[in-house]
Formats: sequence, C-alpha cells, structure tokens
Amino acid sequence: MLAVNALNHFYGGSHTLWDVNLNVPPGSRMCLMGRNGMGKTTLLKCIMGLQPVRSGSITFQGSELAGSPAERRARLGIGYVPQGREIFPHLTVAENLRVGLGLRPGGPRKIPDRIFELFPMLARMLKRRGGDLSGGQQQQLAIGRALVLEPSLLILDEPTEGIQPNIVHEIGDVVLKLNQEERLTVLLVEQKLPFARRVASEFCILNKGRRVAAGPIGELSDEVVNAHLSV
Amino acid sequence: MFRPGRPLLLHDRAGTWFLAVLALVALVVPLLNQVLSASSPLHMSQYGVTLIGKYLCYGMLALAIDLIWGYCGILSLGHAAFFAIGGYAMGMYLMREIGPRGVYGNPVLPDFMVFLNWKSLPWFWYGFNHFLFAMAMVVAVPALLAWIFGWFAFRSRVTGVYFSIITQALTYALMLAFFRNNMGFGGNNGFTDFKDILGFDLHSDGTHVVLLVLTAIALAGSYLACLAIVESRAGRVIRAIRDAESRSRFLGYPVESFKLWLFVFSAVIAGIAGALYVPQIGIINPSEFAPINSIEAVIWVAVGGRGTLYGATAGAVLVNYGKTYLTGAFPEVWLYVLGALFVLVTLLLPRGIAGLIPARIKEAKRTAGGTPKMDRADIKAEAIGSNESPS
Amino acid sequence: MLRDKRLYLEDLTVSFDGSKALNGLTLYVEPGELLCVIGPNGAGKTTMMDVITGKTRPDYGTAWFGSDIDLLKLSEAEIVAAGIARKFQRPTVFEQLTVFENLEMASAGCRSFLKTLRARLTAAEKERIEEVLEIIGLSGHRWALGRVLAHGQKQWLEIGMLLMQNPELLLVDEPVAGMTPAEIERTAELLLSLEGEHSIVVVEHDMSFVRSIARRVVVLHEGRVIADGDMDKVQRDPRVIEVYLGV
Repeated sequence: MLAVNALNHFYGGSHTLWDVNLNVPPGSRMCLMGRNGMGKTTLLKCIMGLQPVRSGSITFQGSELAGSPAERRARLGIGYVPQGREIFPHLTVAENLRVGLGLRPGGPRKIPDRIFELFPMLARMLKRRGGDLSGGQQQQLAIGRALVLEPSLLILDEPTEGIQPNIVHEIGDVVLKLNQEERLTVLLVEQKLPFARRVASEFCILNKGRRVAAGPIGELSDEVVNAHLSV
Repeated sequence: MFRPGRPLLLHDRAGTWFLAVLALVALVVPLLNQVLSASSPLHMSQYGVTLIGKYLCYGMLALAIDLIWGYCGILSLGHAAFFAIGGYAMGMYLMREIGPRGVYGNPVLPDFMVFLNWKSLPWFWYGFNHFLFAMAMVVAVPALLAWIFGWFAFRSRVTGVYFSIITQALTYALMLAFFRNNMGFGGNNGFTDFKDILGFDLHSDGTHVVLLVLTAIALAGSYLACLAIVESRAGRVIRAIRDAESRSRFLGYPVESFKLWLFVFSAVIAGIAGALYVPQIGIINPSEFAPINSIEAVIWVAVGGRGTLYGATAGAVLVNYGKTYLTGAFPEVWLYVLGALFVLVTLLLPRGIAGLIPARIKEAKRTAGGTPKMDRADIKAEAIGSNESPS
Repeated sequence: MLRDKRLYLEDLTVSFDGSKALNGLTLYVEPGELLCVIGPNGAGKTTMMDVITGKTRPDYGTAWFGSDIDLLKLSEAEIVAAGIARKFQRPTVFEQLTVFENLEMASAGCRSFLKTLRARLTAAEKERIEEVLEIIGLSGHRWALGRVLAHGQKQWLEIGMLLMQNPELLLVDEPVAGMTPAEIERTAELLLSLEGEHSIVVVEHDMSFVRSIARRVVVLHEGRVIADGDMDKVQRDPRVIEVYLGV
C-alpha cells in the first residue's frame, strides 16, 4: 500500500532521515516507533508532503508521492491525523467534519453516519466550537475529520499523547475496528508500548533517523525495546 | 576578504581599477575641454563635462545606498531626499550669491520671494550668504533628518519592507512640502538662474571643469571612507547584522546604534553629492524629491552590484548613460527599459554586473550553495584529526 | 557538607495557558560538572533553560547562579554578561563571515560603533581566538566562510563562539541532532574537554551520545525531576521506564 525507499531528509545541514525504508502492506496496522527527535514525525511529514525530501521515493498504491504537492495525498485517499490534533479551533465540530467533504470520491456530500457510530460523542456536539473541546474529544474529532475522506490509509501521529486513559482505550478500539471491519490500512506513530502492542500488527523502529528494527509486533521483544526505545 | 595586516587598497583589484579610472577621468576630461580647441573632434563641450559631473554625483548617491543596503541590508527607498536636501542647501547659497543681479534687482531677497511679495528674508535663510555656513548645512541637515528618522525607525525595530515603505513616505512628504509656494524654497520652480559660486562664473568652462574634478575627489574620498568602514571590525558587525540581526543582538551588539551611525553617514554622503550636483546642473526643484528618483537610484545599485561599492557607482554611471542616450534617441522607450532592467537584474543577475567579474565568479562558486561541499568521507577524515586548509 | 554550587534551581513552577510547563523543579549543578538532561516531549527541558537565561520568568521558585547572583532579577543580557551561555539546536553562525571573523565577533570586548571602527586585533584577542580554534578543531578552517562549513562544524563553531565569552555555565540544546556518527564522536570529545573548566548542561535525545559523555543524567517529566544519577541507575529506574515506554 505504502512503500518508502531510501528516503533522505535534511533540515538545512542537519541530516535527519538516513536512507529510510518502510513498507506498509495493505490491511496492516504499522506502528512507527522511536524516541523523541529520532525522525518519526519528520518521516510522516515527508510522506504527507509537508517536508521536502532530498532523495528517495514514496509510493502509494503505485503512484509516486515524493515531489508532488501535499494536497494530492487527500485525493489519493490518505487520511492524516497530525500530532497535537490540529483541528480548526474556530470552526464547529460539524464544520470541521465537513471540510473534507469536497474530496470524497464521487460520494454524497454528507457526513457519513459511520463516523457518528464510531464516535457518538461527536453527534452530541455538532454545534460546539472545536477549540472548546477537551483533548480527548479533539482527538476523536481529528480522526473523524480524516475518516470523512473515506481513506484507504489512515496515518496517526501520536494519537494518545496527552489524552486521558479511557479515551486512549476507545481510540485503540476504533483503530482495530476500522482495520478489521473495513480493511483500513493504518500507519501510526506511538511511543507507549502497551498501546502499540495491543493495536499494531507490525512495528518499525527509527533511531537517529535510521531504521534499526522492524517486523511483526510479536517480535517486539524486551531486548529490542531496551536496545532502541528505553533510555 | 579580511586578512589581518593586508593593506586596505589591495583587498580588491576591481576597487583599485575603479579608483584608477576615476583618476583618469578627472585628468583627461578637463584636458579635453580646456586644452583642445572647440573645433577638435575630441573636444569635450561644457555639456559633456557637466554630464560626466552629473554621473559622478549619482555615483556618490549610489555609493551611499550601497553602504547601507549592500552591507547592512537597510533598503532606503527615499535616499534621493538627502541628495535633494544637500542640493537645496547649496542652492540657497547660490541664490543669495545672485544678490542684486536678479530680475527684480533686490540685493537680499531672491526673485521668487519678491514675486510672492515677501518683505524680508525668512529666518532659515540667514547665514546662507556665507559659503562655509552653507556647506555646514549641506552636511548637518541631511544628518539631522537621518538621525531623527532613523532613531524612531530603528528603535521601533522597523525593518525590511516596512522600513522601505516609510522612506518612500518621507521623500514623498518632503516633495509635497517643497512644492508649496509659501514654504520659502521657491515652490514648484525651485532655484535657478545661478550666477556664480565663490565668485567663479557658473557659465564658464573652467568652473565646470573644477567642479568635475572636485566631484571626482569627493567620490574617491567617499569610496575610501566607505571602504574603511566596511573593512573594519565595525563593518563585519554590520554584515553580521545584515545576515542575522537577532544573533548579533544576542552577542551584545547595540544593533540600533550601528544602523543609526551608518544611516546618518550615508545621508551625509548623499547630501554632499546633491550639493555638488546643483552648481553643475544649474537648477534644483522639488521633483528631485520625487519617489521615483530614489527608486531609480536603487536600480542603479542593483544593476551595478550591491555590496561592492564600486559596482554601485559603475551601475549609476552605466544606467544614467543609457538613460541619457535613450531619452534622446527613443524617449518613450526609457521607462520600459528601466522596468525591464530591474526585472532582469533581479531574476538573472542578483549580484549585478559586478558579479560578472572573474574574481567574483570564482568567489561565488567557492562559497555557493546550501549543501556543504564535503561528503561523508571528508567529514570522517576531519573527525580523525587531519587539519587541512581549504583550497 | 555545604559546597558552593554553580547553579541552584529550587521549586521552579511555570504555567502556560493553564498547564504547568515546570512543576516544582529542583536541580543543582556543581562547578565544572557535565550533566545531561533527558525527558520526553513536554517534560520542561526547554522551559527550564528559558528560566535560567531569563527568557521566561517562573511563577514560583528561585534560581541562583553561584551563591550571590539572583537570576530572576536580571535581564537576558545581564545573565549573559554574568557568565551563562546558551547554544540553541539549530546552528546560527554568521554565514557570510569566516570562521575567524565569527569568533572575533563573539570575543569579549567593546561593542560600540566608534570603538569597533578603530579596533585592531590585539595580540591577546588573536591568541584567544587561536586557542578556541584549537579546542573546537577548526584551526585549519579559519578562513572558510560560515556557509561552507558542514553541519557539525557549524555546531562546533557556535560552541566556540560561546567559549569566547568565557562562560562559567554552558547550556547546550540537542547538539548532535542530524550529525554523522563521526561528528557525534567529535562533539562528545569536545564537550568532555570542556568539563572541569566550565559547567555544562546538555539536553539530548540520543542515548548513546548521552552515555558517552555524562557521568550524571537527570530525567525530567511533566516539569519536575524524576530521576538523577549515572546512566545505569537512570536506565533501570522504573519511573523512567514508565515515562518513556508507558509500561
């Protein structure tokens, strides 16, 4: 579904991603892991076209993404939930959800009911301003907003950061449901082990901008964890 | 390039050539005018002498702009205002020198004041019958204006585009003020019909030749003064301010003070240039304050190459030569040419014509690009401890 | 046993928009010590540095430099003059000046326009610049323009510029981000060579780098110190493991 090959990225002179490879098979739930500053968010931004790549390729269902404008991702069916949610604070919940409606591939211009089935809370808050929601509610709104596009790949950057535990659990449930029932491929960045182990089917660890370990989630042993993720 | 201990003038071969050419002009042109007879094909008429004198004055203005723009990143789109103020100060002296030889024959009041029925000389004209006083004003008034304007602008941390816009506003406001007939500066007619300067007839070839030589000396002197500034430690600080202002501030440098000093010095050079311009041209009026003049001056610097000093001067001479030719041969075309020149220079020649000099091409190649030239192997060798100087 | 410490941070609390960036942070730094501060995103590392340098004022708590300088009463410029130098993550050397000129810019000494106009490089200044060039390993590159330096070299130059002010305390923010392995090694050597003469606080995420330079590691989480000791001790601390891994 998504294949990243030999990707190199620089912030000015600082070499942040070194020949990174990542393969997200269709229907999988890939978890990108690694400590802070190791390149996870940068990699996602490169995939989403928010950061220019120096060299390497990013292919999504056969189309080359590197070098194309960021807007293309939404049209191709990639939904993105950025770190920190970034919902539109001055728009209502309903307006936030409606933002992506114009891009739905030929479908009706109506917010899919599915989103309210997954997040019933949102239905109750349609007229509430995005900025007035709690962190957990904003996270649900951000995911809902991405789902409006009916994407085939959903990318989530640290969806549980700063969220209360019960909503973390709900988010995990939603991700699993979408993947199992609708075959939605998921790429998420996550640092918390329990969530990763529960939700992901594969893992890939970045350390200092390089890929250092990868495999099915079952292989995420304590040894690997100690080597690359803990202090 | 800074190396401690190297003599100032040898820094830049192009700069030395510039001074040599200037000296040549100052020697040859007077000869062509004074020594050769009028019938000789190489004879330089008074018109020609005046034209070259005018170019050199513009060259000084360009120098003043390059000092603050090329080296400190301060883009003043109103610098012709200081040029004009210097010109007006000189003009006031020349008007008073006319004395009773004016149309109305009033020994004290210039013609335009008599025409307006003024009974006495306004207070700000006092003293302008003394040459030294007038020259002091040529320096002091632009300096004062620059100081006040700069103090407010720099202290408020107005920079970049916003600063440029308010300099345009400054020159425009001055133009409107000087156009007013009751301001006491001759209104829309300005000052003209000058008779002599320090007793020398302003219509004689000899006077024009001397003025030309004086202008050349002033230009050379300004160039050397600017060079001394930019090659000093203060000059390096100024360049640092241009490139990374907050970093300079963070290092403890009083950024506003540096900018202010530079801005005032630049205004003084422009003022002196204006003062030398007026006796040669024979007229000064408020259109010298027109915003377009300042913009043209900036184009001269851009075409010539900013950040080189001599490039700016060369640009001024070249563009004005082109203007003289085109407004004579194809007058409608000039404005298009000016605009096209600006666009072309911005797109294709960011370093101006001076950037085409071989030494500078070499320097640009050596320092170009955002990606470091060294590859990983070099860096590894570096880290292990080999200390080789770059080529 | 009372000893004069270089830095005393006690009970620092800073709130931004309702959330606490620092929540009762207490930390002491010894003279000549090199310590590393680590912690997840939002732990308060940058805010702590901001308080030390005077960029942010805490709502509560004290910050003393040595036993007699109250940092909370000084302006940012005064704190720099008092001997605290900070290096930010992205190198900000002067690209159009040479390495030598960059160091000259940073040298202690007069800053007025008129004085710098007439300034000549004194023998003492030249010596100091040579000294620093040697420490940062750029002696062979003194005439290279800032912009042609490799990323690592720019970082070292910037450290060099800080050293020109003879600071007693160096605050260094993520110095090795984006560096090649060789550069990282060289940076570790550089920082270790400064230990003893200067107190150094390094914020980093690269754990192998941290291990190579720090005898003492301090872990911040949610605005306070949760662990403080050598690398092995901190690695095994269950609170640290929970904070980094969620287990």
